[in-house]
Amino acid sequence: MSTILSLPDQTTAKLPRKHFLNQEYGLRSWLLTSDHKRIAILYLCSITFFFVIGGVLAGLIRLELLTPASDLLATDTYDKVFSMHGLIMIFFFLLPSVPATIGNFLIPLMIGARDVAFPKINLLSWYLFVTGGMVMLAMMVLGGVDTGWTFTVPLSTHFLNTNVVAAATGVFIAGFSTILTGLNFLVTIHRMRCPGMTWFRLPLFIWGHYATAILQILGTPVLAISLVLIILERTLNIGVFDPTKGGDPLLFQHLFWFYSHPAVYVMILPGMAVMSEVISTFSRKRVFGYTAVAFSSVAIAVFAFFVWEHHMFIMGVSQYSALVFSLLSMLVAVPSAIKVFNWSMTLYKGSITFEAPMLYAFGFIGLFTIGGMTGIMLATLGMDIHLTETYFVVAHFHFVMVGGMLMAYMAGIHFWWPKITGRMYPETMSQVAAMMTFIGFIVTFFPQFILGYLGMPRRYAAYPADFQVLNVFSTAGASVLGIGYLLPMLYLPWSLVYGKIAGDNPWQATGLEWQIQSPPLTENFIEIPIMDHEAYDYDWLANKTRHEVQTVG
Amino acid sequence: MDSQVTATVTQEDEMRATHPPFMKHHFATLSQQRETASMGMWVFLMTEIMFFGGLFCAYLIFRNWYLPAFSAGSNALSVVFGTTMTAILILSSFTMAMAVYSAQMRRKRPLVAFMFITLILGLVFLTIKGVEWHGEYVEHHVPGMDFSIQAFVHPTNPKAVPLAPDMAEKSQLFFSLYFLMTGMHALHMIIGISVLCFLLWKATKNAYTEGHVMPIENFGLYWHFVDIIWIFLFPLLYLISRYR
Amino acid sequence: MNHISPVLWQFLIHWLQQFAIFPPEASTIAPYADALYFTLVAVTIVGLLLVGGMVVVFSVRYRQERHPQAVQIEGSTLLEATWTLIPLGIFLVFFVWGALLFFRIYNPPANSMNIYVVGKQWMWKVEHPGGQHEIDTLHIPAGVPIKVTLISQDVFHSFSIPAFRVKRESIPGRYTTVYFEATTPGRYHLFCTQYCGTGHSGMIGWVYVMTPEKYRQWAAGTTSGSSLAQNGERLFSVMGCNACHAGNSQARGPNLYGLYNSRIRMTDGSTMIANDAYIREKILNPSLHVPAGYVPIMPTYQGQISEEGLIELVEYIKSLDSRYRLTQMMNKSELDSAQPAPIGPANQGVGAAPLQHAPASGVPKP
Repeated sequence: MSTILSLPDQTTAKLPRKHFLNQEYGLRSWLLTSDHKRIAILYLCSITFFFVIGGVLAGLIRLELLTPASDLLATDTYDKVFSMHGLIMIFFFLLPSVPATIGNFLIPLMIGARDVAFPKINLLSWYLFVTGGMVMLAMMVLGGVDTGWTFTVPLSTHFLNTNVVAAATGVFIAGFSTILTGLNFLVTIHRMRCPGMTWFRLPLFIWGHYATAILQILGTPVLAISLVLIILERTLNIGVFDPTKGGDPLLFQHLFWFYSHPAVYVMILPGMAVMSEVISTFSRKRVFGYTAVAFSSVAIAVFAFFVWEHHMFIMGVSQYSALVFSLLSMLVAVPSAIKVFNWSMTLYKGSITFEAPMLYAFGFIGLFTIGGMTGIMLATLGMDIHLTETYFVVAHFHFVMVGGMLMAYMAGIHFWWPKITGRMYPETMSQVAAMMTFIGFIVTFFPQFILGYLGMPRRYAAYPADFQVLNVFSTAGASVLGIGYLLPMLYLPWSLVYGKIAGDNPWQATGLEWQIQSPPLTENFIEIPIMDHEAYDYDWLANKTRHEVQTVG
Repeated sequence: MDSQVTATVTQEDEMRATHPPFMKHHFATLSQQRETASMGMWVFLMTEIMFFGGLFCAYLIFRNWYLPAFSAGSNALSVVFGTTMTAILILSSFTMAMAVYSAQMRRKRPLVAFMFITLILGLVFLTIKGVEWHGEYVEHHVPGMDFSIQAFVHPTNPKAVPLAPDMAEKSQLFFSLYFLMTGMHALHMIIGISVLCFLLWKATKNAYTEGHVMPIENFGLYWHFVDIIWIFLFPLLYLISRYR
Repeated sequence: MNHISPVLWQFLIHWLQQFAIFPPEASTIAPYADALYFTLVAVTIVGLLLVGGMVVVFSVRYRQERHPQAVQIEGSTLLEATWTLIPLGIFLVFFVWGALLFFRIYNPPANSMNIYVVGKQWMWKVEHPGGQHEIDTLHIPAGVPIKVTLISQDVFHSFSIPAFRVKRESIPGRYTTVYFEATTPGRYHLFCTQYCGTGHSGMIGWVYVMTPEKYRQWAAGTTSGSSLAQNGERLFSVMGCNACHAGNSQARGPNLYGLYNSRIRMTDGSTMIANDAYIREKILNPSLHVPAGYVPIMPTYQGQISEEGLIELVEYIKSLDSRYRLTQMMNKSELDSAQPAPIGPANQGVGAAPLQHAPASGVPKP
């Protein structure tokens, strides 16, 4: 298999003498760092930890659903398992996954800055994340929560005696982590670009994170106030959600989904940002329709705020409001479609190789297309009546979140692994893992579309026997999927010691981050660069390689 | 060649001018640092607007549904207290603006004085709020603590329209939102006052009168924002739909 | 659906149901929902083939061994416009189609038979107007439009009958309605699809669609003796409502005869329709909407009447309206005079027998 990989001569290659990992040693240098790269690695470790917990919970769900009866887990336990699976995966894995790890690491590098705008606040973000996570863990140990990740009132406020307040607090704290990260990124991208780095010379990765930052900043505070209201309703009975006191449970739905819909775009936009970089590099081409992709990212961020009621179509909302939101939901799908077409067209007349990041990218394109189209099905009013609250929705969001976002995250981790660590991951093993993930994913989640149309409801610990065959298929796929995720957790640490030395630019990519050593210096650049070429300028790269002057690390 | 030259600018002088000690290493220029910090504060204030926005939204919806109860609730609040608190906050915003000006003019004594007055005004505001809340408690207007609708069903004011009991019950929602919104505002005041104490202490040590005005300016933004929230709260809670 | 051969359609549905990957079509709206679904799936497949095709074909054709030098292409405004406008157009078609279907499902015809369902943790309590009460089961006649009015006693539930392709949230504090007309006698799943606590997956049951003849027999056999309206009338006097709503000119409260579905002017000048929600709201929060010419002296019954009691009162007040009584009587007499349906195998949910379109009488199909 041909490859674009260009490594230095392994017999003489060594990691650079000085880099951000060996600049300082000791626990304090990590826990009190203000270096965005170290903070990114702190996040990487934390979210991997939470991913494992969320993954174990997912495994328990699929094991329970092998049989129609609630036999492996008591129903109460199953309710806690799926609730915590959702909470952990969404708030402690997916939301921070690309922005807090890859974004934190790369945004200053890509724009030619020495750090983010507010490095100490960046560290505070991580501490808030960890604190929120610790609260969640404590909550899990103390008995868990079984409200579902959506905290639907009045169930969560008056009809459960599990740790709802603790769960809401944990999410609240993690929400502030998100807000501060978004604030940091927004200001960084506005103010810290190096000379010559105009908006339209920015890599699309930056555009994607810029759009994400808008969503994080404007959306997350509404989640915060929703959680505060839940906590107060539960503890003090203030009555805002209680119909007997004049309140309205639907008010909570509106407030909650006003955040939670933009949240799903906070999750997917960074993944799309990674896609632009990966597809461009492995086709050796500028992304087709750069301007369209950039504007689509921002368009998604804007439209995202106007579609929240599509989670509530059957909840007795005014039929005319349902019309409006269905229409807007159709509109928000268009920019995503534009991006998918642009990525596909980028392959045209490119020079394509199939390293692991590219395989993950292909998986993303296919699975995200299916996930997105099933989103259209759900946004179609009359169809939503039958499909909502069934496994169809579960399949839809797993297709976009796992088939889309998680694949993009894996693509990004693999793509930038040599830059972060200075070492290459094992290529063949990673391609195997990518394909296992892809196949395992389809076998796990495609049957759930069928289950959904059959009518199998969500969040059922026990189900009618007619649904068993498809559930068994789904669990079988889950085991393959699990192995697909386990493999990187094994070979990536392995590569830290035994991986090949990567050199500055193993992928021969454009982008400022690839023009410096791997791993980078703490201060990123010896001299702040001056940007004098467009993004994805492979001609410039060819010229530079021809006249390369080695920089000293 | 002149041995009596005193106006030579050394390299150290240049460094100190372009990279003063308060400049962070990841910025290229001082103005970049200042603009970045300012933008950060504005963006943060936008998040606060969204945060309070949820509460305002809930308040406006319920007020629309239960207008008589919310009017009666508004009436139970003291316009005297409310107006006084508004005046105090606006005055404190003025003194804060004067503090920023003093810092820009590098005059330490006025800076410290204005910051101190702002602090005192903030504390006075909180004290009055505490007194007001206690008053509500005494009148049985605190939901969950012996709440009573008697004052609305049998009002003492001859101009007040007595409410039917089921409508009067909705006043509990009004008071829940009242305490929640003013409480959230008070929390932001407390945070502001704490930060102000810290800045005041540092100001006494000349931290902000040697060109490093940015923290005072940004704190001023925050303080003005908290004031503006109150300027929205006051009419919404106290003034609209009061009986003539 | 009517545009392609009905035979092909039957074959497709039947085949899918045999493999247990498709629910039975047991209501009038189900074929319409399925037509929309298959079109959506078809468009998805086309889109996937298009995108997937581009990816596969380009990857093979332009792989590095075959195409070592990439050609830098900035973009194409024409292509951008094309793949913006065509998907937008397709999505808008689905928007309109879906909206039409949505309005159909949630806007019952005026002559529907009313059934009330109260959801509570963790059962569905079904109340037929004739006084029949069921738990977790719903017996209905085929060929009659049914309007289900839902409310919850505690938390959010969701009333779902996959075979009919209908679903509606059951919310505490307000009524929601859903409408369907069953076509094929048989037994179909009934689910709660909104997570409501421990017993959520146990809050399931069966919908029994019966021929009108059998339904009549069932209704006669299971009634509690008094209809909902009669219970409501009893409650009306027990709670003292007739003290103010005496129906004479000196009455302190408005006359309730003919009130249902009339337009009422409020003291603030606005108008409201006196529908089920209005009646329920008036009993619980009487001072919220005060009709013009009256003062808010009606006491609240919040906490004193259960949701079932409220339903009985609402049904009673509805029965005071002659038009409503007429439609209900017409429904009942249609059922009484119904032809027995042709004898066929009893259906058991998934894997149903072929469709039978046998409306009970001249009720126009929607």
